[in-house]
Amino acid sequence: MNIDFSHRQFAHCESGVTANLLKHYGVDFSEALVFGIGSGLFFAYAPFIRLNFLPLTTFRTAPGSIFKKASKRLGIQVRQQRFKSPVAAEQEVDRLLASGCPVGAQTGVFWLPYFPPAYRFHFNGHNLVVTGKEGDEYLISDPIFEQPVRCAAADLRQARFAKGALAPKGRIYYIESMPANIDLPRAITTGIKDVCRVMLATPVPVAGVRGISFLARRIVKWPARLGEKRTLQHLGHIVRMQEEIGTGGGGFRFIYAAFLQEAATLTDNGALLPLSQRCTAIGDDWREFALLAARICKGRAELVPAVADLAQRLEQLAAAEKSLFQDLRSAITRSSPQGRG
Amino acid sequence: MKKEEVPQHGGLTAGCREINYAVDADGSYSLELSVGWEAKNATLRQAWETIVEELHLVLKEISAGRKSPLAYHMAKNQMDVPLLAQYSGFSRWRVKRHLQPQVFNRLNSNVLTVYATLFRISIFQLQQVPDQPDLRIEDMDTSGTQL
Repeated sequence: MNIDFSHRQFAHCESGVTANLLKHYGVDFSEALVFGIGSGLFFAYAPFIRLNFLPLTTFRTAPGSIFKKASKRLGIQVRQQRFKSPVAAEQEVDRLLASGCPVGAQTGVFWLPYFPPAYRFHFNGHNLVVTGKEGDEYLISDPIFEQPVRCAAADLRQARFAKGALAPKGRIYYIESMPANIDLPRAITTGIKDVCRVMLATPVPVAGVRGISFLARRIVKWPARLGEKRTLQHLGHIVRMQEEIGTGGGGFRFIYAAFLQEAATLTDNGALLPLSQRCTAIGDDWREFALLAARICKGRAELVPAVADLAQRLEQLAAAEKSLFQDLRSAITRSSPQGRG
Repeated sequence: MKKEEVPQHGGLTAGCREINYAVDADGSYSLELSVGWEAKNATLRQAWETIVEELHLVLKEISAGRKSPLAYHMAKNQMDVPLLAQYSGFSRWRVKRHLQPQVFNRLNSNVLTVYATLFRISIFQLQQVPDQPDLRIEDMDTSGTQL
């Protein structure tokens, strides 16, 4: 069984998977549009969650939420399942494939043999589409890669039941039925409002723009608290989370800027264009931050003043993002279609 | 990021190209392929150097008779005791005991099989460790560019 599925390479796994699944059902949306409608943009610094023994810094929402939110806002019926038994999890995928349904799956990347070895960490928030099975091999559309790939059933099974933080527990998701018509401007508006809400008004200080300030206040303490070596490891980890495969660059800020650009046309709201440019500028500042942090990691700077400089840049980013999302919120409220959304 | 600024610095990506979002001259966004970026290469390399360094430390502990070979395979698979406990199904307490050489040396083949299957090696390999870490960053870096 092999579903005729058009594979397109994108920057980010989950929004790419969602865009490719939508295309399969006749809705040709860009990755950025899906990312924006699904409110993928986020920030959190959560030192109590560890990835590779280092604190989690995330620039996107939790795995699964882009697909869930985007499909809900577009009126698409989807189904999501988790499994206790790997055997049942595999049988269900095979059953769905036999019925002609491409299946989205959350996996860990450590066990996926087609990943370059250097990328194989215990990161469990990866997404891909299973499009077929030939013998003991699954055919996979992984939006991070240029071409569709193949993966032995045993490897995929292990990846679907990877353990540790964000364990996927065999999670699969797929589209059950498409709506007769899609209220796109409304979906876009809802998506933007949601991002503004999480970035500006989260109740916890570790998330949203307050999370960026929180990180700024924390990193200045690292040299004294952790020592030089651990500080460099912590800094490197932030850069990896920000720029690692799947972000499109600049911690998803460029994808979001691309979304705002598209949204300006689709909702006929010219006020979004300058906001898209500001979002691009913020992405550029994140890139600058990453470059400086990476140079510190290579030992090319005096640690304490360099970290203080990074903290100051983070504070500036927090301020810039705060004002961006405030202006975005008012731009969208003013032009809300019939006051709904 | 401007289209002409999309970085093309090869590194640990083994020739895999990824999508970057960039703006062209008139400010509209497009998807561009990138082979890598120096900031990412440097921090990715740093992460692997940390793992290799850890492996050196573990090997010293093993040759000093303080740790069992399991400690090496655990570190090589980027696991700690809680994660290995989840993967193996053994309690953390048992995994910790298995890290002691005198306990590990007496483990029966059922227990050893669980670990060997997980790490995808033979029981014989599980009981051995190399003199030097058998994980080399150079093998991952196909670009030849040194940072």
